[in-house]
Amino acid sequence: MSFPVLFGVLALLTIFGYFLGRSRALATAGGHVRNLHSLPNYYGYYIGLWCAVPGFLLLLAWMGFETSILDGMLVASLPADKQNLPAAELSLLINDVKNLSHGDVTSREVVDVALQDAADFYAHIKSMSKMLLTGILVVLACGGILLARQRIAPELRARNSVEKAAMVIMIICSTIAVLTTLGIILSLLFESLRFFEKVHPLDFVFGLEWSPQTAIRKDQVGATGLFGAIPLLAGTMLISLIAMCVAAPVGLMAAIYMSEYAPSKVRGTVKPMLEILAGIPTVVYGFFAALTVAPFFRDWGLDFGLTISSESALAAGMVMGIMIIPFVSSLSDDVMSAVPQSLREGSYGLGATKSETIRQVILPAALPGIVGSLLLAVSRAIGETMIVVMAAGLAANLTANPFEAVTTVTVQIVTLLVGDQEFDSAKTLAAFALGLILFCVTLVLNIIALTIVNKYREQYD
Amino acid sequence: MNQSISQDTTGATPVTQSDAAPGIKIKADKVKVFYGEKQALFDVDLDINENEVTSLIGPSGCGKSTFLRSLNRMNDTIDICRVEGSIALDGEDIYDKNVDVVHLRARVGMVFQKPNPFPKSIFDNVAYGPRIHGLVDNKSDLDQIVQTSLEKAGLWNEVKDRLDQPGTGLSGGQQQRLCIARAVAVSPEVILMDEPCSALDPIATAKIEELIDELRSNFTIVIVTHSMQQAARVSQKTAFFHLGYLVEVDETEKMFTNPTDERTQGYITGRFG
Ligand SMILES: Nc1ncnc2c1ncn2[C@@H]1O[C@H](COP(=O)(O)OP(=O)(O)OP(=O)(O)O)[C@@H](O)[C@H]1O
Ligand SMILES: [Mg+2]
Repeated sequence: MSFPVLFGVLALLTIFGYFLGRSRALATAGGHVRNLHSLPNYYGYYIGLWCAVPGFLLLLAWMGFETSILDGMLVASLPADKQNLPAAELSLLINDVKNLSHGDVTSREVVDVALQDAADFYAHIKSMSKMLLTGILVVLACGGILLARQRIAPELRARNSVEKAAMVIMIICSTIAVLTTLGIILSLLFESLRFFEKVHPLDFVFGLEWSPQTAIRKDQVGATGLFGAIPLLAGTMLISLIAMCVAAPVGLMAAIYMSEYAPSKVRGTVKPMLEILAGIPTVVYGFFAALTVAPFFRDWGLDFGLTISSESALAAGMVMGIMIIPFVSSLSDDVMSAVPQSLREGSYGLGATKSETIRQVILPAALPGIVGSLLLAVSRAIGETMIVVMAAGLAANLTANPFEAVTTVTVQIVTLLVGDQEFDSAKTLAAFALGLILFCVTLVLNIIALTIVNKYREQYD
Repeated sequence: MNQSISQDTTGATPVTQSDAAPGIKIKADKVKVFYGEKQALFDVDLDINENEVTSLIGPSGCGKSTFLRSLNRMNDTIDICRVEGSIALDGEDIYDKNVDVVHLRARVGMVFQKPNPFPKSIFDNVAYGPRIHGLVDNKSDLDQIVQTSLEKAGLWNEVKDRLDQPGTGLSGGQQQRLCIARAVAVSPEVILMDEPCSALDPIATAKIEELIDELRSNFTIVIVTHSMQQAARVSQKTAFFHLGYLVEVDETEKMFTNPTDERTQGYITGRFG
């Protein structure tokens, strides 16, 4: 039986165990729920868990180790001269054997008897493995059910056990999330260290020139790339700044309108519509920026005698600003709506107008949340890639002029890794170092946001 | 029960008599209030005398808060709420098209059931009203107003050393007195109080009741309360509401010793409500 079928069988057994647990619990309690320590459902979950958890772990372990064990057995069964082949040839051989056992074509012209034997052997041990698994699984699951069923008695604290089990499962899930993050950070860190062996960290962090195109042959021009991150960081900052200049005022005003002025009907429609803005794929914004907004700015610049390049920080920043409006407006609207009505009435009761109330009571009270939403939007702007790739260009200019093309950290990471790359060249490794910088910047922003929010929260609740 | 109340009210009697025929500050005439389709008040006629405390009593949901909130048009903040009839403040209808609500609310201040200090410092809480109404020209005037208001609210001695600390950090009773100081700072003519003591312990309540009695010399006060004893202690006039109708209104002393309506009698002797 294949793995999906086995998972299905396990699920069915678990469901069976659930109903068994319920009815068993009721039976031991003489049909009266009040005689039971926990509600009957919990006894059902109790048996269900005893059945599902060991079975699930077994299936996972089998899926993880089956291939390597079977391969090992296969190799051991081969004649000695084959076993001693170089690793690459051996793995090719193993592949052929497996393909043959599935009845697929192999990389060889002629299939010799020994190979066919090996394939038969492999098919044999594979089906054995599955049979063994099925057997163990059924025994384990049924054993779990029987064992748990034995324990069911009115005094059994099923609820406590089930809740403990639920807690453990949740802890495991959150550990997975944390470990993944940790893994990503560590791999960033190690690859960056390899990069810093080739390029000095100070040259990287404070270097003013970025041209990572190392030559393929040593005698070409630009044999060593220049890896100064400053132009990229400056470009990132410039575009994020332009984006925030659009998103912060528009988003905040929209939020104030929605939470304070709009009738609930309007709010109910406008808010989801604004949130749709956040759901549009960034690549759509990207070609909107590149094909509509950027040319518009260029032509408009011509009229005013300004030179605006057709790929400009301005176009990318503006469109990005529009994209992150909902991040500002939606969250700020939530925090402003959460300001208690009693504060508004208190202010009105003193003869304050609506706008005075908003400026002097609502906004200060909602400040932590608003700052949080702004910083979230900044993080989003810094991490945004697609719009910038399409609309702001790839040229690493160190400039504060929004009419010129600039590039950002994320865009360079993309261009460094697109296409075929050697994995140990400075150019490729630079992507990891850039990723690390980006991570540090957003981390610092998040920490600032959290401290601000925490500092004011106490005071305002 | 009646007995103990009549004893309570004897304390207040001389005060009532010493007041020379007070003028009418607010005159409610056939006031009807609707929340959407639902009518919450039916033809309420009530005169509120100047420099007196008028208490509104009645079972929960009878429309006391609704009536109180219609006196400074706080009901405007509720979309579905509609008021008919007329309410005159010093002879002018406050529901008239030409009336500026902001100005009205500066004249008719309000203190709420739950203390609701702004998330600002104690000083800024009290200075809030004077600032938005431009009542002061310089800092020292403002300091003066804040101090006198806090003194009137009996809070000055407790907070004078920490005016810059958040108002939300005070105890419940102090917060409520801060809210009273905040209302007083605007120098309103009328102060509306909706169950101002319901979130407070007996000692804080006693302080506020004392305060209300002192404030009476400068302001006209309307107070909603669930405590019959409180109504008897602080008010000169009591109005009894029931199911949206104003059942009976009279001198407090008379209300509690000799009510005319059977429903009033039932309520104040604790038979229902
Ligand atoms: N915002 C509102 N929307 C709809 N109906 C309301 C609203 N506020 C009050 N009501 C209704 O109006 C009636 C009177 O309410 P009100 O709050 O004036 O009662 P109350 O006498 O103050 O009661 P309590 O002593 O419990 O505070 C009630 O039936 C209530 O359900
Ligand atoms: Mg009320």
